[in-house]
This record gives sequence, C-alpha cells and structure tokens, in this order.
Amino acid sequence: MNDKSEQTTVQSGLIKPSSDESEASFDEASERDDAKSLETLEVRLLLDAVKQYYGYDFLNYAPASIKRRIQEFQKEAGCHHIAELISLILHDEAMFGKLLRYMSVIVTEMFRDPPFFLKLREEVIPWLKTWPFIKIWHAGCATGEEVYSMAILLEEAGILDRAQIYATDLNEESLQIARRGIYHADTLPLHEENYTKSGGSGSLSQYYRQRYSSLKFHRRLSENMTFASHNLVTDGVFGEMHLIICRNVLIYFNRDLKNRVFNLFNDSMCLKGVLCLGSRESIRFADIDSLYETVDAHQKIYRKKTVVK
Amino acid sequence: MERTFSAVVIGASAGGIEALDILFSALNKDFSVPVFVVKHIDAGVNNGIIDYLSKSSALPISFSDDQELVENGHIYMAPPGYHMLIEDDHSISLSVDRKITYSRPSIDVLFESAADAFSSRLIGVVLTGANRDGSAGAQRIKQRGGVVLVQEPTTAEYDVMPKAAIADADVDGVMDLLALADRLTELTGQ
Repeated sequence: MNDKSEQTTVQSGLIKPSSDESEASFDEASERDDAKSLETLEVRLLLDAVKQYYGYDFLNYAPASIKRRIQEFQKEAGCHHIAELISLILHDEAMFGKLLRYMSVIVTEMFRDPPFFLKLREEVIPWLKTWPFIKIWHAGCATGEEVYSMAILLEEAGILDRAQIYATDLNEESLQIARRGIYHADTLPLHEENYTKSGGSGSLSQYYRQRYSSLKFHRRLSENMTFASHNLVTDGVFGEMHLIICRNVLIYFNRDLKNRVFNLFNDSMCLKGVLCLGSRESIRFADIDSLYETVDAHQKIYRKKTVVK
Repeated sequence: MERTFSAVVIGASAGGIEALDILFSALNKDFSVPVFVVKHIDAGVNNGIIDYLSKSSALPISFSDDQELVENGHIYMAPPGYHMLIEDDHSISLSVDRKITYSRPSIDVLFESAADAFSSRLIGVVLTGANRDGSAGAQRIKQRGGVVLVQEPTTAEYDVMPKAAIADADVDGVMDLLALADRLTELTGQ
C-alpha cells in the first residue's frame, strides 16, 4: 500500500486552494472547501478503522463510488457525520456487516450483456472443448447469476462434466445466495430474453424449477461449482485457469489495485488462457497489456500469448 | 465577479436526444472544458446514439470508458447501464451500483460527484425529462458554489425534470437550448 501518497492527498485537501473569487465571497468559498475536505478525511478515517479492525481493505478503491456507498449507509444509520459511523461499526459487529453489504454488493443478472455471452459461445467455448479438463475462475461473482449462466453455456456445449468453476467474492452473504442457487422469479422475463439474445436455443426453464415466486437451478448445474471467499485486494493466486471472468469489478479499484489484480490473474492463467472484463473496462492501461492479445475488442475478451518476448 | 469553470455536466431524460442534438450543434469546436452527460437510456442501447449526435456536433462525442483520460472540448456520455462519477483528480469512474431514481446512469450520481470534485468551478445543466432525477444533484452543485442552468420548461418536450430542478435548487438561469449554448460558451470562454 502506498501510505505516503495517501497522506499527501489528505493533507493537500486541507490546504485552502487559492480562489479567483472576490474577498467578500472568499470566506463562504473556503467554508465550502473545508466541509468537502473534512468529508474526505472522515471517509479515510472510516476506511482505516475498517482495515485495522476487520481486515477489509477499501483504501485503494476508486473514491467517488466508495463515498457514495458510505453516504447511503450513513443515511440508513441516521448519522449526521461520517465520523460517527466509526464508533458505530467498531463497537457493533452487526453494523459493520451492514456497512460491508453497502460496500460490496454488485448488481448482476443472468446472461448480463447477452452479446458478451454470445461471443463466449462463438470464440471461447470451441477452444475450451479441446481440453480434457477445464478450469474457470469467476472473480467477484456477487450473488452468482453469471456463474449459473456460464454453467448453462458449458452444458449446452456438452462440456459441463469436465469443467470446474471456482466462483469467488469477498461478501459471504452474496456467496450464500450463490451457493443456494435460489432466485426471485420476478426478473425471469428479462433473464429469458437475455438467454435468447446470448444465442440460447432452448428455454431457460429447462434449467430451473419454479415454486411460487422463486426459482431454483437444477443441482446438475452447480455440481462442479465451488464458491469461496476470496478478496482480490489481499488474497493470492488461484490455480492454473483456462478462463477468468471478472466483469465490472475492476471499475471500483484505483490504478494501483487494478494492476495488482491484473498480475494476480496473469499468474493464475495458463498459456493461451482467456480473460474476460466488463464492457467498459480494458487491459490497455495495465502492466500485463503486452502479454495479451485481443480476441474481441468490444466484449473485452483477451488471450494470453504463448510466446512472451 | 470573475471566475473560471473547469467542467460542464448535463442531465437529460425523455426528449433528451433531440435537445442534446440542438445543444451540441450550437457549441463550437474550441469549447474549452470537458462536458459530461447523462442521458437516460436502456442498458441494451448501442453506439447509434453516439453516431447520431456526432453528425451535427463539432466536438468529439463518446461513451466514457473506465480510467479514460479526460480532455477539454470532449463530450463524455455515461455508457448504457453504468453510473458515471467524477473523481477528485477529475478522472472518470464508472459503477454498476443500484439504480438511483429508477435510473442507471443517474443524473444525480454524476452531478453530486462532479459537484464534490469541481466545487465552484462546475456548471450543471438540466434539460427535458419526465422524472425528478437531477434535482438533488443540482442542489449539491449549488451547495458547492457552482452554477446551475435549466432548460426553459415551456421549450422542453417534457417539463417535469426542468421544473423539479427549478423548484428544488436556487438556479442561476432558465433559458432555451440555443441561449444555453451561448451561455455555456460565454462562461467557459477564456
């Protein structure tokens, strides 16, 4: 972690910036700047407390989203200042659990971005078929909808039996939901539509049983899934993967942390292994950029080169 | 009072494509600051909207990418299905957090983060729309000392959003699209 630069940021935030405004409005402007830098300091102190006491490190997350999530939690907790949250979460573990939920829940859906899953079917599945045993890592799987989507793809390609899917997240509550494989049925029409757009030839209903307002995916899909707690910020390498999927997770990280995670993926990837990112993410700015070739620029699918010069 | 501005944020919803088209086409190519735009769109929308708006705009327009370097005179649109936020170092962050006022991208999310990042050096613009997204963000821009301009509701295809902003925030100007373009050029002129 880069302690020095973090401190500089906080300190420079406290120095009143020079202002073009007239003398009369200067006090008002500096008051506003004080309020803003105080908020920045409070966020930093809260994240420090979380790291030191509970071991979760959010210090290298992109600040704007983190602050928004903290402010939403602050509203729910009924606190006037972010600093009040520090005492609250240190002395009440249940409150920390709630904060963690605000910090780590990512909205997801079955076959999210159907064109991406279509490309997976067309460009990546044929290559996976050439292997006797297939290892897939779904990093930041949230509540697991995309993991079941992946399993359906493999089933339809006839290779689910030889695949092992490792699905990880830092949020244990999300993992519980993913392990159970039970979801609300109210989003079914959207998921059916996504499935069809992703090149699905049958119907999603082949893969689950519906009871009233919930649905449960067939056990067959989850037989080769392993759900595990893994924190991309602090945890290590994860076997020799053929395919790593990590979509819309890195957008929450700052550049240093992104690079750490890219290196982690690279070290966990077999030669010619495939890395999939979210549609607005890119490997372009990463240290490992030169080690990968582009399979699909739009869907952000990359392949590790065999020969590294 | 002499002061400089560093960025413009724009929010538009229903009827917004035509409004943005008129506004963008009235900005000239030496516009001096970056423009960040949230237009409510469905997650499945493709580049068609960018192609359409680019036809009549002198300024380059694109959906923003994660970690993209921000350039003056470039129009950055929030990509479908993502919130767009501005960091304190003025770079762009994206998020897939829950919808705000039923929307992702949400105008409030852009406005509030940009207000924190640019303080009094920000101009916010609220255009046509049939919901109240943007009015909380307009309030935050005012709290941080920035300027808020609103499309004259009688000239907007849907007047709910501009009216909400006018009701909730102490706005600095209400005018039609061409006057908005002139005002933005004037405020950001060197």
